[in-house]
Amino acid sequence: MVYAVFAPLIFAIIIPFLSRLKHKIHTGWLILPVPLLIFVYFLQFVGSDFKTSIATVDWIPSLNISIDFYLDGLSLLFALLISGIGALVVLYSIYYLDKEEQIGHFYTYLFIFMSSMLGVVLSDNVFVLYTFWEFTSLSSFLLIGYWHYRERSRYGALKSMLITVFGGFSLLGGLILLTIETGTTSIRGMVEQADVIVNSPYFLLILVFLLLGAFTKSAQFPFHIWLPDAMEAPTPVSAYLHSATMVKAGIYLMARFSPIFSEVPIFFILLSLFGLITLAWASYMAVRQTDLKGILAFSTISQLGMIMAMLGFGTSYAVFAAVFHILNHATFKGSLFMIAGIVDHETGSRDIRKLGGLMTFMPMSATLALFGTFSMAGVPLPFLNGFYSKEMFFESSLGLGGYSGSFVEGLVTAIPIIAVVGSIFTFIYSMYLFFGTFRGKYKENELPKEPHEAPFMMLVPPMILVIGVIVIGLFPNFFNQALITHSADAVYGADVTKDIKFWHGWNSRAFQMSLIVVGVGLLLYLTKKKWDSIYNYFPGRLNLNRVYDWIVEKIESASNKITTFYMTGSLRLYITLIVGTIILITAGTILFTNGSDFEISDVSSISAAEVIISIIMAVAAIGASIAKNRIAAILILGVVGYGLSLLFVLYSAPDLALTQLIVETVTVVLFLLCFYHLPNLTKDTSSIVYKGSNIVVSIAYGLLMMVIGMTAYNSRFAETISTYFTDNAYKLGGGDNVVNVILVDFRGIDTLFEIAVLFGAALAVFGLIKLRQDKGAK
Amino acid sequence: MEIIMIILASILFATAVYNLLQKQFLRIIIGTALLSHGAHLFILTMGKLKRGAPPVLDEGVANYADPLPQALILTSIVISFGVTSLLLVLAYRAYKLNKTDNMEELRGAENE
Repeated sequence: MVYAVFAPLIFAIIIPFLSRLKHKIHTGWLILPVPLLIFVYFLQFVGSDFKTSIATVDWIPSLNISIDFYLDGLSLLFALLISGIGALVVLYSIYYLDKEEQIGHFYTYLFIFMSSMLGVVLSDNVFVLYTFWEFTSLSSFLLIGYWHYRERSRYGALKSMLITVFGGFSLLGGLILLTIETGTTSIRGMVEQADVIVNSPYFLLILVFLLLGAFTKSAQFPFHIWLPDAMEAPTPVSAYLHSATMVKAGIYLMARFSPIFSEVPIFFILLSLFGLITLAWASYMAVRQTDLKGILAFSTISQLGMIMAMLGFGTSYAVFAAVFHILNHATFKGSLFMIAGIVDHETGSRDIRKLGGLMTFMPMSATLALFGTFSMAGVPLPFLNGFYSKEMFFESSLGLGGYSGSFVEGLVTAIPIIAVVGSIFTFIYSMYLFFGTFRGKYKENELPKEPHEAPFMMLVPPMILVIGVIVIGLFPNFFNQALITHSADAVYGADVTKDIKFWHGWNSRAFQMSLIVVGVGLLLYLTKKKWDSIYNYFPGRLNLNRVYDWIVEKIESASNKITTFYMTGSLRLYITLIVGTIILITAGTILFTNGSDFEISDVSSISAAEVIISIIMAVAAIGASIAKNRIAAILILGVVGYGLSLLFVLYSAPDLALTQLIVETVTVVLFLLCFYHLPNLTKDTSSIVYKGSNIVVSIAYGLLMMVIGMTAYNSRFAETISTYFTDNAYKLGGGDNVVNVILVDFRGIDTLFEIAVLFGAALAVFGLIKLRQDKGAK
Repeated sequence: MEIIMIILASILFATAVYNLLQKQFLRIIIGTALLSHGAHLFILTMGKLKRGAPPVLDEGVANYADPLPQALILTSIVISFGVTSLLLVLAYRAYKLNKTDNMEELRGAENE
């Protein structure tokens, strides 16, 4: 099982080499066996005596993260869909994509996607699942942007990336909370501890996080907007990712976790409500579309909403219907996308307004589309699988109960009505899709190409899927026992045994609902022209894409504004910010912890000389700041330095006094050397506020340092280590001058690097003066 | 005495920050010089003042001034001298190249 999951990933490494042979043989042929073998491998598990199986590879055992692949009915259904439709899509793409394209890239992305999707559905470890989950987002991004020279492709890829990764992150949040609450990283372990999760204080947060992840990935309202734009991808990608597999990852997630949540009313409410809103809204939106893939995109969204709603219902019947519909939807939607691609390929247009009357030119495609669209519409014919699951959907929408509260009761009453309304629109766009494309008047002048039938091999993949539609339609109970029951068991958490019947009798409410759908749908379709003005008028400006664009634009402009607000390039502002932050944080800490302490004990005596020197220094420091003349400023600054060296003399620091004296002298000389080349100090002509704020900041900083000094002086937690230096300077260092012994012996490394600093400064000064980029300039 | 020294150091810090906030390059260098003076005085004060003879070993002296802060300050003086001299030459070069020593006008490239 591990090899089955990672085989496409390993092949993805080889594909770039294989694609060099593309002028001899289309790369697709070389790699077609991979998904096919995986499909055959998973096929061997199918059967009425199905047993779950596990495969484990250590990954990060210290974090409890290991690659556990757990195959139960649900995973098996998905794995079969992924590998089976994957093989068909590879076959289809051989004829769809020209050899001149970068097919190496295409198949690499596609195989990365295949691996990660298999990983998502087989992982038992939540973090492994999340890893694969993000890989699907990433490879989907690459595939949507496959024709990266098109602006719309890049827009669609970015949009899908932003939305699905947003959901991916909230999923990660939910999974982390789940892990913290249950103490396990295994999904099975979490399901066993369902009551711990349900009673946890973070329960609502967990639920919302998981729902966000599932809703963004499975394009549920209001996050569905990325999927129609993802139609910029090549059609095989749309058929594979955006109808059959990736968009069902969210469904899979909800199905996987539904044993935990199934008893909770809020889960029922949120999932059913959003599922039904998505179903109704997207099926309405689909009717408005004129692009074949646009119709199919909204149709996919709407069908996903239907599955989501059924998972929300949570009854054994609904769960069974949901699982059944996952299979059915994958078959008919995959085939429809492929036929849309064929129509595009052979006529040069996907615009349904330009198409029409293609049946005589493309009889095979038309036949296949007929089965696909009628199955999608749920037309009651005993060989269309869509009808079975649609009717089960109606059946399960009736008689929900067991929850109290007026909102829930209202919802329960509304569910069948919304379901019927959504299905009516589904019927309309399905009919429009088929009859608009293949029947009606042939518009010769509007098509870029002369239409003709596709090559036979290109028709094989949709044909296989349509055969699937019919076979499931004819022998539903065969698939039921071999596969669907096991899947539904895994989702429901208990045995679900159902027979799939075509005929429920005239009195069956579900059948009556189906008849209403067909009747009203037919009526509305035949009079579609009359309603077009309404379709075009509503929702019009209420478009969610506008919301998305608005958000993206606002975030960009707002962050731009914020950055230009404080990153002005003005040194003064930066220093104000730095000093202000120091003041706020330090003063805040002192205030909040009551840290200030002005009671100073153990001070030395005050002498007149020091006081006088101090006053001179203070006056000089202020004087240097306000002096109008540069020589005056430099010399007054020198007064501060010499004053400091006098203080050093008074405080028994002869070496310091010496050094300070020399350094101050050299500094003043340097200042005087430079000032000759610098312009004179100008009068500060800036506003009072500007000056005032400078003064306030500096005084605040001075006061803060004073508080810190007074407080720190008093709090001494340990004895000084200086006695060690005075005691051992002679014994260990062999010198009398303790300061010098410290500098060159006890702490010699300080001195070494201080010399290095001086050396570096000298080099830099030399470089600044000598090296000129503009050789000729002075 | 330490209280007065702390106040003096604080005045040096305040004037240093005031100079750093000015527009002219020379003012900013004066600010850094004042800032290092303040810091040196601050370090010395925190090590307590007037606690004995200069730290040069001599017969019959019981108390010495704390030698460790002095060693630290000595290192620091040299380093700040290096920085100050570099800044001065930098100011000189910047003025020669840009014909201005106003920091508000020295804002680098267009798209920073």
